[in-house]
Amino acid sequence: MIAEAGHYALVLALGLAIVQSIVPMLGARWRDSGLMNVARSSALAQLLFVTLSFGALTMLHVTSDFSVVNVFENSHSLKPLLYKITGVWGNHEGSMLLWVLILALFGAMVAAFGNNLPLSLRARVLAVQGWIAAAFYFFILATSNPFLRIVSPPIEGRDLNPILQDIGLAIHPPMLYLGYVGFSISFSFAVAALIEGRIDAAWARWVRPWTLMAWVFLTLGIAMGSYWAYYELGWGGWWFWDPVENASLMPWLSGTALLHSAVVMEKRNALKVWTILLAIVTFSLSLLGTFLVRSGVLTSVHTFASDPSRGVFILLILCLFIGGSLALYAWRAPSLRQGGLFAPISREGALVLNNLFLTTACVTVLVGTLYPLGLEVLTGDKISVGAPFFNLTFGPLFVPLLIAVPFGPLLAWKRGDLLAAAQRLFAAGVAALMAVALVWAWVKGGPVLAPLAIGLAVFVIVAAISELAERIGLLRVPFRTAMHRAAGLPRSNWGTAFAHAGLGVALIGIVCETTWNSERIASMKPNDTAAIASYSVRLDSLVQRQGPNYREQIAQFVVSRDGQVVGTMSPSKRNFATRGMSTTEAALLTRGASQLYISLGEAGADGAIAVRIYYKPLVLLIWFGPMLMAFGGLLSLSDRRLRVGAPKPARAPHDLQPAE
Amino acid sequence: MTRKQRRLTMIGGALAVLAIAAALVLNALRDSIVFFTTPAVAAEKQIPPGKRFRLGGLVEQGSLTRGDNLAVSFKVTDGTATLPVTYKGILPDLFREGQGIISEGALDASGVFRADTVLAKHDENYMPKEVADALKKQGHWKDDYGAKPGAAK
Repeated sequence: MIAEAGHYALVLALGLAIVQSIVPMLGARWRDSGLMNVARSSALAQLLFVTLSFGALTMLHVTSDFSVVNVFENSHSLKPLLYKITGVWGNHEGSMLLWVLILALFGAMVAAFGNNLPLSLRARVLAVQGWIAAAFYFFILATSNPFLRIVSPPIEGRDLNPILQDIGLAIHPPMLYLGYVGFSISFSFAVAALIEGRIDAAWARWVRPWTLMAWVFLTLGIAMGSYWAYYELGWGGWWFWDPVENASLMPWLSGTALLHSAVVMEKRNALKVWTILLAIVTFSLSLLGTFLVRSGVLTSVHTFASDPSRGVFILLILCLFIGGSLALYAWRAPSLRQGGLFAPISREGALVLNNLFLTTACVTVLVGTLYPLGLEVLTGDKISVGAPFFNLTFGPLFVPLLIAVPFGPLLAWKRGDLLAAAQRLFAAGVAALMAVALVWAWVKGGPVLAPLAIGLAVFVIVAAISELAERIGLLRVPFRTAMHRAAGLPRSNWGTAFAHAGLGVALIGIVCETTWNSERIASMKPNDTAAIASYSVRLDSLVQRQGPNYREQIAQFVVSRDGQVVGTMSPSKRNFATRGMSTTEAALLTRGASQLYISLGEAGADGAIAVRIYYKPLVLLIWFGPMLMAFGGLLSLSDRRLRVGAPKPARAPHDLQPAE
Repeated sequence: MTRKQRRLTMIGGALAVLAIAAALVLNALRDSIVFFTTPAVAAEKQIPPGKRFRLGGLVEQGSLTRGDNLAVSFKVTDGTATLPVTYKGILPDLFREGQGIISEGALDASGVFRADTVLAKHDENYMPKEVADALKKQGHWKDDYGAKPGAAK
């Protein structure tokens, strides 16, 4: 009964999405406010029905109703409640349902909070959202219905893939989807603006908060996914340049570019055509990511099941939306009016440079991800493009970008003074050189690039701090005045500083982890000791334990440093009988921002167990960096300038024809 | 600067960055990609020692031997040819005889494949796609390869 209700609610949501795609569009054309307002109510109702549908599937999973195929294949009655809930989206059908739920959520948010938008723009934006939603509802109902029943219900389910039975599944996919799908709003705004043929600074101001929100979630989602892979897969890697990871990185890169070019558009009314293109490209890359992950073209943990008909269907959606929006762009973009002028050396120029490097980096990732697929189709050769490719292409492109980051905020709009900016970065430059010298002296030679990269990171961080100090006049004016000014500084300035500093922090973590991480692989018996970095790790005992739906072997280690015990670690190996699978649960011991990492291999016949021990210096900075960036994004999002003083469209509403 | 000059500066800069990126990509594609082969194809192509490639196939029954200090050796077969493989380290959780694996490394002078990475399937439904395709192509694919949970030990 619940399954049928869920199914029915989804069909109703499809119906509403179709209404939402057509009626407001016609309303906007005929300037009929009644028809245009249909968008608002249908978007809200759509959210209601998708939520009901999603709730129904959650209910089925929680109550372990194995008469539903989806539950049977991905759940087990002994599975802990948390994993019963997260298991809802730990499979293809459920994850697509989560995708449309979030899409409907964003649509409803525009409907509910978009009161300051011109009526016709809101109607068109929501109609475009309706197109996307309708396509995906149709996809789910036609190829991936999660509510199908089994004729003769089995007693027990097949359990969720053990790798996914982790708290990470509760956070990573929803965050990532909030990011991916959040960019659909910028896409809808861009397409609506193209249809309307009118775009101005006010448009950028409406779009920017949505883009920023999506970007914050995507940043956190990627960071969370990386940390999850780090502790769950048991070999201490945090980024594999796996096509599926690249699929999330590409929208992040172009989304970051979009965020910056929207600033130029909002402040200076320039780069309009480019910003629209970025908005389209960013969501297209999100769709491409969904296609790569969900179609089964690639095999990875993320590909739950591959079914050729699904791949073809998503490919059709992909072609329709990307092709359609780019065709519309090619047709309408030339009619958009060009905006303000600026010199190459200016804030705008710096942001253009940022865009140039981010999009180029994004293209290299795209090439590395799609080249193997293309080559296989064309010649049948199977190749893999791994970390070396990306280190040789992505790395060199990011270095100039990072050098340029501190200059941007110091340049004036329209025409900047590079020399003056460089003078103000003097302190940061000195700090960077000192950092290079210190690291160099401390490691006594070794890799040349590592100290330089740390110097670059310090440069970015110190520059971000000194930029703030400069703005509030710290050390120049009395301390109290400076604090007063700091409180009055717009939140978006703080946001910029945090986000840029986060970039430097992440870079320090990445460099330290990759350069100075140490690894020991050994076969250990109880009371054996292994030394790593300045720690000594003793295997205390091996114990067996029965978990809710698995058996596990736990190894208990005592970690000491200079004879002092600093902690215990108990990595384990879990065996899930239902799927005949085992997982490795690594143990982590955090010391400052560094971590000791132990994971277990197979047990030998002689009572010894294979053990992998890593010492990863400053590894946590890799994830603190993105968290700082996301925090900066949130600060910027809370800037009152984004909320109050609702911008007015540049021209009167009677002038709705495209600016020919 | 006039509007035209400004635009030319921008476009020139953009083209320069794109050219650098293209050079980087082409250079990296020449040096850092790794081909996938099966033992039969490896024998046929006579891959020189030291050239890195990915080897895929099934672990031959009864070929796994463990040495000291986590050294292992086993044979990878695609039904037509076999290739001996050595590896030092911890094998993946689901490495078993009779199962499909992918390993990355290079041949040494004596024709043994020295692997530095061994990848196995993620779960009982999963056979590395490259391996499955190669087996199908050579007519050695059996439908139950994928379906048997915890096959052969």
